[in-house]
Amino acid sequence: MSLLRRVLVVLLIVALSAPIALVAQDEEEPQMGLWEACADPANLPEVVTIGAIFGQSGNISVYGIPQSQAVALAVEQINEANYLGEGVTLEVIYEDSAGANEQAIAAMTKLVEEDGVVAVLGPTLSSEAFSADPIAQENGVPVMGVSNTAGGITDMGEFVFRNSLPEASVIPGTIAQATEALGLEQVAVLYGNDDDFTISGYDVFVSALEENEVEILGEATFARGDVDFNAQLTQLVSLEPDALVVSALAAEATQIIVQARQLGYEGPIIGGNGFNSPAVLTNAGEASDGVIVGAAWNIASPEALSSLFSEAYEEAYGALPDQFATQAYTGAWLMATAIRCADSAESADVRDALAGITDFASPLGMFSFDEDRNPVHDPVVQIAQGGAFAVLGAEMAEE
Amino acid sequence: MDSFLQQVVNAVSLGAIYSLFALGYALVFSILGVLNLAHSAVFMTGAFFGLLLVDKLDQPLWIAAPLAMIAAGAVSVLLEFVAFRPLRRRGAARMSQLISSIGAALLIVNLAQLAFKPLWGGTEAYFPQGLVPDQPIVIEALSLRIVPIRMIILVIALALVVALQYLVMRTRIGQQMRAVAFNQRTAALLGVNVGRVYVLTFFLAGLLGGAAGMLYGLVFLNVTPFIGDDVALVGLTAIVLGGLGSINGALVGGFLVAAIQTFSIAIGGSSYKNAVVFGLLFVLLLARPQGLFGQSESTRA
Repeated sequence: MSLLRRVLVVLLIVALSAPIALVAQDEEEPQMGLWEACADPANLPEVVTIGAIFGQSGNISVYGIPQSQAVALAVEQINEANYLGEGVTLEVIYEDSAGANEQAIAAMTKLVEEDGVVAVLGPTLSSEAFSADPIAQENGVPVMGVSNTAGGITDMGEFVFRNSLPEASVIPGTIAQATEALGLEQVAVLYGNDDDFTISGYDVFVSALEENEVEILGEATFARGDVDFNAQLTQLVSLEPDALVVSALAAEATQIIVQARQLGYEGPIIGGNGFNSPAVLTNAGEASDGVIVGAAWNIASPEALSSLFSEAYEEAYGALPDQFATQAYTGAWLMATAIRCADSAESADVRDALAGITDFASPLGMFSFDEDRNPVHDPVVQIAQGGAFAVLGAEMAEE
Repeated sequence: MDSFLQQVVNAVSLGAIYSLFALGYALVFSILGVLNLAHSAVFMTGAFFGLLLVDKLDQPLWIAAPLAMIAAGAVSVLLEFVAFRPLRRRGAARMSQLISSIGAALLIVNLAQLAFKPLWGGTEAYFPQGLVPDQPIVIEALSLRIVPIRMIILVIALALVVALQYLVMRTRIGQQMRAVAFNQRTAALLGVNVGRVYVLTFFLAGLLGGAAGMLYGLVFLNVTPFIGDDVALVGLTAIVLGGLGSINGALVGGFLVAAIQTFSIAIGGSSYKNAVVFGLLFVLLLARPQGLFGQSESTRA
């Protein structure tokens, strides 16, 4: 082979392999984090410690345990990738709030005043956040709720953030879509009246129903920890509503769904964020068919980062993540990103960097904080069918 | 009217569980004259062992239910040996035994918490659905829907009550129990083995509490280490309402509390259910301090 021919062959191989290389580059796995926007940190100590307060015992452990697991997974990935710089390790001190406000206060005090953490993730419940977050605010330590959806959370101060879409952002869309899809005219409402989250959800439901000109035939209440809802449901079902609208946490939601079906109610049950847990579907079984809930995230999300997270979570824990795990995972990455971008382990610097995060690619979609430190990203309305959530519009189209 | 009848059904099935639970309280109080506030923890152990046997050890319900009752009975006997007997032997005040039982309850609940985590990955677990027929019986004419388990618990509760009544009123050991209840010293002088009577009383109370816990789990599916908390207060109210130490009183008290709760929820909302129960309790105690079926101390037993 002449030299010229050899050169031509090599050029041909290079020319042919270039598009392949480009495709391969395109298909490269997307990665969490603002690697380009913020330079590698150079001023961080060897260990950066943050705190995490989640309800890992009591009946809110259905949220708190997946949250802790998701944070642990995120931190493992962050450290493996040297996201905070070579030789810098992110560590988390986990505390259990057990759904009790006083325990959340004790945990926050310990983390902020004794352990001296840079920032805190949690607590799980909105009512716990209302009790404990002021301690972080007073001490100038940023705290990020990853499942606090009640109104007024970030009003507590400039150090209080959340990455969980408030009910006020999700519920109006849920009611509007459900009204259109199901032709709702009259509904009955059941809600927990001793919990900030469920009361806040109820308020938003009522105004959303009014906005969509849906009549409320009757209302009933329950208390946290109740297990027998037959009295309330008997009363509400006898009104023959087009849908039951329920503001409840997961433990009560499961019982309400099962008992409503046992009482012969076959219509849709529209729930708030508390229904948005695979545990509700698993534990309610067939009774959950027809449950409609708006959500910040769905396992069927087409986001590439969402699939990657789901796979990693399932591999680590043998179960699929729920919305709460996804938000906790994103929260840990957001906090690490703020530390990276601030290039500082000082709480005030981390707060400022956190407040400046926009267009952060995450399993929740493209994520930003608004000026009030609330999350901005698109929600999704889902309906339970055959033990799984499907996107409401998509499910209707398939039928 | 339609929903009124349905509410009656709701109240009756809830009342069966409350009554069964309250009977254990009443039994111990009538014999020992002391409240066993760890009875709610025994209730929880009934549900816990039932769930363990069904969910983790794959036992059929007809084996799991009696075994769970026996396990709860054993826990109750253990309570007698650990929390009551040592104090009684030292002649401690009844108040000390009461406080001791509160401590024992906390200990049992915390132990259950420790066991729940490795078993079910948290502190909440569910009985599998379909263990008992769950298709409601529909009576169209009355617009009634009755879930079979709710009637089954009523039958079981009544059967256990009849069996207990027979044991206490018609058998030799029942005679001994009544003798100890009347006067422990006299009974001992007459040759009654008082210690054995106490053990049996705790065992029977545990059986009843465990049965109530197991049935509670089957009706509401959900089991946590804390399920005894709510019934603890309800059970106490039932026995005070019915008359402390009266077995029939506990039975009626349980149904009454369930009915008051159910109808106050239907009328005014869940937040006020216990306020209504206690309001009525105050009024009743003003008129009849010994409760509905209570007798004065000298004629008890």
